[in-house]
Amino acid sequence: MNPTNYLYLSAILFSIGAVGVVVRRNAIVVFMCIELMLNAANLAFVTFANMTGNLQGQVMAFFTMVVAACEVVVGLAIIVTIYRSRRSASVDDASLLSR
Amino acid sequence: MNTSTNIVYLIALPLFSSALLMLLGRKADKWGHIFASLISASAFFVGVTEFFAMCSRPEEARAVTQKLFTWISVGDFQVDASLLLDQLSIAFVLLITGVGTLIHIYSIAYMSHDRDQRRFFAYLNFFIAAMLLLVLGDSYLNLYVGWEGVGLASYLLIGFWNQKPEYATAAKKAFVMNRVGDFGLSIAIMIGFATFGSVSFSGIEEKVGGASETALTAMGLMLLLAAAGKSAQFPLQAWLGDAMAGPTPVSALIHAATMVTAGVYLITRSNFIFDNAPTAQLAVVMIGIITLLFGAIIGTAKDDIKKVLAASTMSQIGYMILATGFGPAGYAFAIMHLLTHGFFKAGMFLGAGSVMHGMNDEVNMRKYGGLAKFMPITSITFGLGYLAIIGVPPFAGFYSKDKIIETAFNAGGLQGVIFGGSALLGAIITAFYMTRVMLLTFAGNKRWASDAHPHESPFLMWAPMAILAIGSVASGYLLYSGKAIVKWLAPVVDKDHHEHVEFLPPIVVTALAIAAVVIGVSIALLKNRGEQSESAPSDVSIWTRIARRDLLQDDANEFLFMRPGQEVTKALVATDDRVIDGAVRGVAASAVGSARGLRKLQTGYVRNYALLILIGAAVILAAMWVVTI
Repeated sequence: MNPTNYLYLSAILFSIGAVGVVVRRNAIVVFMCIELMLNAANLAFVTFANMTGNLQGQVMAFFTMVVAACEVVVGLAIIVTIYRSRRSASVDDASLLSR
Repeated sequence: MNTSTNIVYLIALPLFSSALLMLLGRKADKWGHIFASLISASAFFVGVTEFFAMCSRPEEARAVTQKLFTWISVGDFQVDASLLLDQLSIAFVLLITGVGTLIHIYSIAYMSHDRDQRRFFAYLNFFIAAMLLLVLGDSYLNLYVGWEGVGLASYLLIGFWNQKPEYATAAKKAFVMNRVGDFGLSIAIMIGFATFGSVSFSGIEEKVGGASETALTAMGLMLLLAAAGKSAQFPLQAWLGDAMAGPTPVSALIHAATMVTAGVYLITRSNFIFDNAPTAQLAVVMIGIITLLFGAIIGTAKDDIKKVLAASTMSQIGYMILATGFGPAGYAFAIMHLLTHGFFKAGMFLGAGSVMHGMNDEVNMRKYGGLAKFMPITSITFGLGYLAIIGVPPFAGFYSKDKIIETAFNAGGLQGVIFGGSALLGAIITAFYMTRVMLLTFAGNKRWASDAHPHESPFLMWAPMAILAIGSVASGYLLYSGKAIVKWLAPVVDKDHHEHVEFLPPIVVTALAIAAVVIGVSIALLKNRGEQSESAPSDVSIWTRIARRDLLQDDANEFLFMRPGQEVTKALVATDDRVIDGAVRGVAASAVGSARGLRKLQTGYVRNYALLILIGAAVILAAMWVVTI
């Protein structure tokens, strides 16, 4: 199969993630969209690695997974804490700056 | 020039005593006044010794110097703190220490009831030291130190009873007006340094031939301003009347005999400047004439005995300044009048103090009258001073004033007639107002306050008055016999031995001067005959009223300087408030305003930030894409 198609898929997934982050209010969904963007990037890395025939892109994909795992741990902890204090998972409610 | 090692003691003794009395404080209360008087007397003794030593030397070796230390040394410019005792300084030294000692003795009795007597004597000694430094300094810079010192002493002593606010104000007025003159002196020193590269009298005199007349005129006018401030000459005369707030011995010593004559000294000492700057000399003459008439007119209108004497001092110093304006022909007579005036005016001030002492400190002459019987010694000593000041031959004032009038006529032509005529007019007015003082105080009906018990003053007070009265009688003849003073001062003020032209024969001038005295005295006798009232008449002409207000001198100062000064201050405050503070506040306000606008960018919504990050990333990528193509 033409590896370019993987890149198109990666771009589509990234765009879906980016739109999701911007338009959705639920913190969990926003979080999932971020994961989607990270994984879209991973897909692109792996595809490039395959296309160029070296392992650098695959190594980067592992790094991204590690970072994503850490981010999930910290991010979910923050979301849970905010939910406990505000009884809401909406990211718009988490704004304390007065207008 | 010879050197001497004794001159410094003249200054060091009173300075030491003054510092001692001030530092010891109340511990010295018991003996401070005696100590200060002895110190003053010993300074006089040093002065007399120096005088006889000077007389024993040949004429060209009479001046001596003493270098104390190098004061300023910057590159080529060097100023030594050194003293110069020549024929001119010694005359002042003897006057200052001699009259000063007499007034110290007088003050022992006069100030005996004052709890701050010691402080008074400390200030008096400080004044003597500063005044001696003024006349002994060998450069303008040394003179300046003494000049400021006597200003400070005058301020401290005018405001000696500063618990009274109006006395403190009088002291402040004197100090501020003196400072105006002092600016003239400092500018003159700067002009002198810029032109000649030197500040010492001898250094400037050497190079005076090479200087432009403009520079000399500028320097002369600035020196004249300085002299006007210190000597209460027009237009800086207004402080002298108020200076009478000080204790009477102070008025006698500082505001009659010595400090106020510093201006005459300054001009005489700077003769090499003025002799080469005819414009400045003319200005000196004009100022002298204006002041001698100004003071005399104020003298006719005042009822306060000390203020009359102050006005008369102003007028007599006007005569001296007038004389100095005639160059080598006049300097010696200016100094001669200064010395005789030192005797008779100090004597009269002490007499006025004695009268006040006996009349519960009353100064209004309308509350006196008929005191001759109760204060015989005071009335005689005062009377001798009176005969001297109006210029009755052979009393001291006759010789000196007559010579000044003669010199004024000798200026020649119409100028000479105007100058001489004004001086004669001044003599008429002087005779008038001094006769009025005599009549109101010592003659006529008693107009005393009910609790007044006039009595003669103690020995310590009348002895100095008697000595000064002897001086008022004899000093003129002694100074003038064989032209002694002229010959004595010639090496300082008349090195080239100018020939003096005579416009009128001296005998005619003398006759005119005596006629002036007779006219003045007759008018006073006519005007003041019969009973005197206890209060000044109020239905008087506008001219009398103006004269009673000191010829509007304070009003003029207020209108010309004080009010505009206040306006300038107000404008400056407004500028500071609006322009300078406004700029600072404006910068702050614009920072606050722009921050308020920029704050809107921070919404606090995560999605907002995410969108911005996205857009930013897209922009960067787009830019990179554009660059790589």
